[in-house]
Amino acid sequence: MSTILLIEQLLNGLQFGVMLFLMAAGLTLIFGVMGLINLAHGSLYMVGAFAAAGIAGLTGSFVLALIASLAAAAMFGALIELTVIRRLYKRDHLDQVLATFALILVFSEGTRWAFGSFPLFLNIPPALSGTVMLPGGIEYSLYRLTIIGIGLLVAAGLFLLISKTRVGMRIRAGENDREMISALGVDISVLYTLVFALGAALAGLSGALVGAIQSVEVGMGEPVLILAFVVIVIGGIGSIKGALAGALLVGVTDTMGRTLLPVIFGSFMEPSSATTVGSALASMLIYILMAGVLVFRPTGLFGKA
Amino acid sequence: MNFKTMVKLGCGALGTAAAVMALSTAAISDGHGGAVKIGMITTLTGGGAGLGIDIRDGFMLAVEQSGNDQIEVVVEDDQRKPEIAVQLADKLIQSEKVDIMTGIVWSNLALAVVPSATAQGKIYISPNAGPTQLAGKGCHPNYFNVAWQNDNLHEAAGAYTNSAGLNNTFILAPNYPAGQDALKGFKRMYEGELSGEIYTKLGQTDYAAEIAQIRASGADSVFFFLPGGMGISFLKQYADSGIDLPVVGPAFSFDQGILQAVGAAALGVKNTSQWSKDIDNATNKAFVESFEAKYGRLPSLYASQGFDAANLIVSALAKADVADQEAFLAALREADFASVRGDFKFGNNQHPIQDIYVREVIQEGDIFTNKIVSEGLSDHQDIYAAECAL
Repeated sequence: MSTILLIEQLLNGLQFGVMLFLMAAGLTLIFGVMGLINLAHGSLYMVGAFAAAGIAGLTGSFVLALIASLAAAAMFGALIELTVIRRLYKRDHLDQVLATFALILVFSEGTRWAFGSFPLFLNIPPALSGTVMLPGGIEYSLYRLTIIGIGLLVAAGLFLLISKTRVGMRIRAGENDREMISALGVDISVLYTLVFALGAALAGLSGALVGAIQSVEVGMGEPVLILAFVVIVIGGIGSIKGALAGALLVGVTDTMGRTLLPVIFGSFMEPSSATTVGSALASMLIYILMAGVLVFRPTGLFGKA
Repeated sequence: MNFKTMVKLGCGALGTAAAVMALSTAAISDGHGGAVKIGMITTLTGGGAGLGIDIRDGFMLAVEQSGNDQIEVVVEDDQRKPEIAVQLADKLIQSEKVDIMTGIVWSNLALAVVPSATAQGKIYISPNAGPTQLAGKGCHPNYFNVAWQNDNLHEAAGAYTNSAGLNNTFILAPNYPAGQDALKGFKRMYEGELSGEIYTKLGQTDYAAEIAQIRASGADSVFFFLPGGMGISFLKQYADSGIDLPVVGPAFSFDQGILQAVGAAALGVKNTSQWSKDIDNATNKAFVESFEAKYGRLPSLYASQGFDAANLIVSALAKADVADQEAFLAALREADFASVRGDFKFGNNQHPIQDIYVREVIQEGDIFTNKIVSEGLSDHQDIYAAECAL
């Protein structure tokens, strides 16, 4: 195993992690501020990808497609917040899970009705396709580098939004004490809709970015949703910083595990059973990681006790 | 709400979610009593939905064209989950009381359902999954596979790789029974060296780590088996990676449902299939035309398999009553129907003996599709037939 391959895999892990962060940030924000478990977050990811594929098919512009994904996901996010989610804040978590699960079914069937069951086409824009030579002779996909860049920018933007702006201050206040902030005259319901739409837009953006290198199809959000839950449990529910750390940890662990475990097993087993055992263990690795983190920090890495 | 309750609730919630999904089913029935009842369990939602939908549509098309109004088909969605397939099979057998079962796309689901269904005296006609375990020692008089044994198309791909002069191939497949059969089948015929061998996760969508390994391996070609959305993701990412090695695969990685989403990235790729829309016989022509007219898209090999599965059942019904199982099984074994593949017969293990072609991905107008370029293996039978006691 060469150093170049290792560095390339590290970049792959980073890219995967950044993509997970976009999903997990919204999920953790919504839980942190409103105390809501939103299973439909994966559907908003799918909405973003379909909106992007639809607009890219019509206009041929990738930038417009990204804008459409943000807009569509934010719009649908705001829509379900106003019609369904709003009624759930005071309810039990089990009611929230049931209602948002119903939303998954509605979104999946609705998308199937509108776009059909077969995967859609969304291509990498020509300007970002192909590879670039990084220092050290590493050939790496330009598009994946762009995803890493966008993800880190979003992370920085979120950090600034939450720590430096008035909206951010209200979000933090909302996390700490809901009654007090509404008593101080802040319109809490507008704030909630805003936070929900923001989380939804991030999920939509992530769906559109990933849609270009994967397949845009109904049900694409649910596997990512499960990983996003793993991320926020590892990072500590409600913490954006935790979501970033958890996402990068999960991304790198998963990618490195997939590459290294078969090699490690191959050093003392015969090759074909080493690949089988290695890849089986690799697919469990992030859950083992989650269990390990919870043993030492039951509230996650950055969770409040 | 403290953190522990939250996690507990989350886990409970996911469990509830799975249960609720199991309850949502779709049924198509024409309401005739006393007729033959066919239970179809297939994948209609989630990542592998295109495959199941094609099988169902091909199957229903043949039932409709048979004009036999005594056939009732109950369709259920397994969501590619073995535990749900098992529940659905119990429901079909115990409360729907079906005579024949069919439809399963994935080998891990087939292995969870078929042995118990045949043990309960049901007939199972597989329109797709053909795991090794059911072809050799585990063969059963009530189990027929109308598509192929899992290894077959991969064996043809191995043989093609030799004939193309490639001898240092990198191979990958998902880690589930059909994926293991795929790599085994490929290696059985392939004579060159392997520059790498990888099992990926079933349903995986990001192949960056695998593609990096291909780049570093010094291979001269890549063989992959990644059906459904997995193949789309892999091909798009491969095309963008700047690696320019020839790609070979079974038809599953390049079927009609995948090609439109992959686009030009797949052009020129060679793949092996027992069916292609340009196989020259009257049944196939009529099938392709009527499928396109009815559903507004070109059929895939999955649709052709569903179509043949239904026609096999229709042909046996013409000869024997399903209530007389001995006679009905004998009629099925004769395989006296016009297959879209042309020649078709069953071996002793009730799996097909058939020709397998090499196809190339081409563009016809706006549509990406496949065209036969050569015959790969003729009258090919799986090697497990010898272990079957039938």
